[in-house]
Amino acid sequence: MKKTICFYFQLHQPVLLRRYHFFDIGKRNDYFDEYMNRSMIRRLAEQCYLPANYLMLELICRHGDRFKISYSISGLALEQFELHAPEVIESFKKLAATGNVEFLAETYAHSLSSLSPTGEFESQVRRHAGKIETLFGQRPVTFRNSSLIYSDEIGERVFNMGYKTMLTDGAKHVLGWKSPNFVYESATRPGLKLLLKDSRLSDDITVNFSNRKWNEYPLTADKYVQWLQGEATGHEVINLFMNYETFGEDQPAGTGIFDFMRHLPGRILDTTDFECLTPRETVEKHQAVAPLHVPYPISWTDEERDVTSWLGNELQSTAFEELYRVQPRVQALDDPGVNETYLRLQASNHFYYMSTKLFSDGDFFTHRSPYDSPYEAFINYMNVLSDFLIRVNRI
Amino acid sequence: MKTKVLMFGWEFPPHISGGLGTASYGLTKGLAKHGVDILFVMPKAGGDEDQSAVKIINASDVEMMEGFDHGEDYWEFVRFIEIGSNLVPYLDPELFEKEDSGAIKTGDARERVTLRGKYPFSGRYGINLMEEVARYALVAGTIAARQEFDIIHAHDWLTYTAGIVAKRVSGKPLVVHVHATEFDRSGENINQQVYDIERQGMHAADRVIAVSNLTRNIVIKHYGIAPEKVVTVHNAVDFQSYKEMKVERGVPEKVVTFLGRVTYQKGPEYFIEAANKVLKYYPDVRFVMAGSGDMLNRAIRRVAQLKIATRFHFTGFLYGDDVQRMFAQSDVYVMPSVSEPFGISPLEAMRSGVPTIISKQSGVSEVLVHSIKVDFWDIDAMADAIYGLLAYPALSRVAGREGLEEVDRLKWENAAWKIKCLYEEITGA
Repeated sequence: MKKTICFYFQLHQPVLLRRYHFFDIGKRNDYFDEYMNRSMIRRLAEQCYLPANYLMLELICRHGDRFKISYSISGLALEQFELHAPEVIESFKKLAATGNVEFLAETYAHSLSSLSPTGEFESQVRRHAGKIETLFGQRPVTFRNSSLIYSDEIGERVFNMGYKTMLTDGAKHVLGWKSPNFVYESATRPGLKLLLKDSRLSDDITVNFSNRKWNEYPLTADKYVQWLQGEATGHEVINLFMNYETFGEDQPAGTGIFDFMRHLPGRILDTTDFECLTPRETVEKHQAVAPLHVPYPISWTDEERDVTSWLGNELQSTAFEELYRVQPRVQALDDPGVNETYLRLQASNHFYYMSTKLFSDGDFFTHRSPYDSPYEAFINYMNVLSDFLIRVNRI
Repeated sequence: MKTKVLMFGWEFPPHISGGLGTASYGLTKGLAKHGVDILFVMPKAGGDEDQSAVKIINASDVEMMEGFDHGEDYWEFVRFIEIGSNLVPYLDPELFEKEDSGAIKTGDARERVTLRGKYPFSGRYGINLMEEVARYALVAGTIAARQEFDIIHAHDWLTYTAGIVAKRVSGKPLVVHVHATEFDRSGENINQQVYDIERQGMHAADRVIAVSNLTRNIVIKHYGIAPEKVVTVHNAVDFQSYKEMKVERGVPEKVVTFLGRVTYQKGPEYFIEAANKVLKYYPDVRFVMAGSGDMLNRAIRRVAQLKIATRFHFTGFLYGDDVQRMFAQSDVYVMPSVSEPFGISPLEAMRSGVPTIISKQSGVSEVLVHSIKVDFWDIDAMADAIYGLLAYPALSRVAGREGLEEVDRLKWENAAWKIKCLYEEITGA
C-alpha cells in the first residue's frame, strides 16, 4: 500500500489594533490600524500568497489528481483579502475549482474560543464553514483549531458539531514512544480521527530551510524525499503542516523555497512509494491505529507544545476572562458591527503579544509582535476592550 | 597570577553623594570575588570604608610629588596639570548652598599653590573642584611610582587626569570608566574644561568602559574614540544591605512617583504633563515629585498653572531612608530622563516591588525587560503606561513581580567578570 503525504497550509492574519489611548475610551471606536493592516496584507499577498497560489496551481496542472493539498484560512484573513487583496480570493477560487484542494474548518477569528466554555466556539466554527462554502463551494468536513490546539474536551465539541477528522500536533509528551505517522482517534470520541503533524519534517522546510548553519544545508527536493522514505518505513502517513507564509515571507523567495516546492511533488510522486492526499481522503484510506488521550490542551507552538503562549500569565488570563465574560451579551445583541469587532478582538495573536514567556529572548519578540513589550500589548488591548465593553453595555 | 589594579575613584561608601560611589563599591566587590586585587585611591577617605574587597589609599595622606626631584619629570607634570580654577562643574543645589556659605574663592589660585606636602582634599564636588582634580593627579603620580600593579582603572572625569599621570609614571595600561559624560550632565551646553579632561582621558586610555550602549555611542560620536576601543559593561545593583520596609500610607489613593534631581536631564516636565493627562481620567491618584534641582520652581509653577496641585506633591530632596520609604509608598515609579547614562533608581523601585516606567533614552532600559519603556517626549505613551498600571491590577502585579525577579538577577559579579576579562586581554595575562 502506498504511503500518504498530507500537505496542509495555514493562513491567518489578525486585524491589528491601532495605538488606542486611555483617553480615547468612551469616545472613539475605531480600534484598528487600517493603514498597517492594508499594507501588511498587500505585502504578504505579493510576496507570498499570490506566488504560492500560482505555484500550487501550476503543480496541480502538471501532476493532475496525483497532487492534492489542503488549506485552513481564517475568516479574518478572508475578510482582509476581500478588502485589500481580492485577487488572493480569486486565486483560491481557481484552486478550489481544480477539485484537488480541501478547505478545512476552523474558528472564524483564529481564536482561543475552544478554551472558553461559552458557545462562541461553535458559533465561530459555523460562521467560518458558511464563509468557506460561500466563497469556495465546499462545506468543510475536516477541522483544524487555531495553532492546532487540541484536547479531549475540544475533540468532543468538534465531534458534536459533526466533524469526523481533526488535525493537531504530534506532541511528544502526548505520544510518548508512539509515532505521529499513523492515523489516531480521540480516546473519548473514537469517531473522531486525528492527523498529527510530523514536526521534524515540517520544520525542516518551515524553519531550517534557509539556515546556513544547519548541517543539512542546502536542502534539496531529492534529499528531502530520501528523508520521507526513511520516515515512511513502517509507517503510513506523513503530515506536513505548515504556515503558508513559509513561502516567500518566513523563507524569502531568494532562499529558493519556491523552486524547492516546485520540484518536491514531482520527486515524491516519482518514487511510486507515495501518494498525496487531502486530510479527508487520508482518513478514508487509513484506519486509526490507537486512541489518543489528551487531558490538557496541546498546540504546535514552542517547545512545550501547550497553550502557555496565549494563556501563560495573568495579563493574558485577565484579558481572556474579560473578553469572554461579555460573550452572552454580544450574542444576545447580535449586532453586525459589534459581532465584527468582537471577532477581531478574539484573534489569538492579541494574546500572544502579551506573552512574557519568551520575552527575554529579545529577537524572538521583535519579530513576532507589533509591540515593544507584552506590557504595552496588554495596555493597548485592555484600553480597546474597555471601550468595547462600554459600547456593548450601552446599546 | 592575580591581576593587581590601581583604581582611582572619587567616592566610596559610606561617604557618597551620588551613584558613582555605589557603583565603585559594587564593582570592586565583584572584582574581588573573581580574585582581582584592588588598590582603591580616593581623595578623602573617612577610615570607615568597607575594605574587605579593596585596600583604600587616602590621597589626603599622601605627599604630593614625593620621590620626584625638580628635574624634567616634575615640570612636565606641572605643565600637564593645570592647577587652579574657579569653575563649578556640577553641583547639587544642596551642595552649592553649603559651598556658598563658605567664602567663594577669589584671585588666582595659581599663586597660592604649593606642589609639595599633603593636600587636605574635600572629596566633594565643590567650588575648588578643578584644583582638587589637578592635585589628585599629582598625588596619583606619587602613588603610581610607589605601588606595584598591572593596570590602572579610573572612574569618571574627576580621576582621568590621575589615571593619565599614573600611566605616564608607571607605563602600565589605563582603562577609563565612563559613568556619565558632560553631555548627560549639561545637555548641549557643555563645560569645555570638563569636556577636555574627559576627551583627554578617553584618548589616553587603552580601553574605555561605558556603562551603556547609549553612553558608548556618545563616547564614539562626541569624543571621537575608535569604536573598537570602547566596551559596554552595564552596571548592576547590590541589594545585600536592603531591608524590607513597612510603611503606613497616609492617603487611600494610589501614588505615582518621580524621584531624582529636578533638572533638565531628568525630564521632570514630561512627568507633569503625563500626570495632567492621567488625572483627567483617573482622579483617584496622587503624583509625587521627590527631589530638588534647578527646574523645581518651574515645575511647581506648571503644576499650579494646570490646577492639579491638590493631586501633585513635591517633597524636596530626600535623604537616607526616606528614599526607600518613598518607594515603599509608591504604586508606580516613573523615570522620564532625557539622557541617562545608566540610571539605578528604577532598580531600587523594582526591588521594592514597584512597577516602573522608564525612558528609552536611559542606559538601564538596555538591560531591563520587565519595565515599560517610552520615549521621554512621548507624553501620551507615558500617560498610557501610568493609566494602565493604575487601572489594570493584573498589569501592576505581573510587572511588579517579574521586575523584582529581574532585578535580583542583575549581579555585579557578572559585570566584574567582563571587566576582569578585559584586564586580562589588555595586560596579555
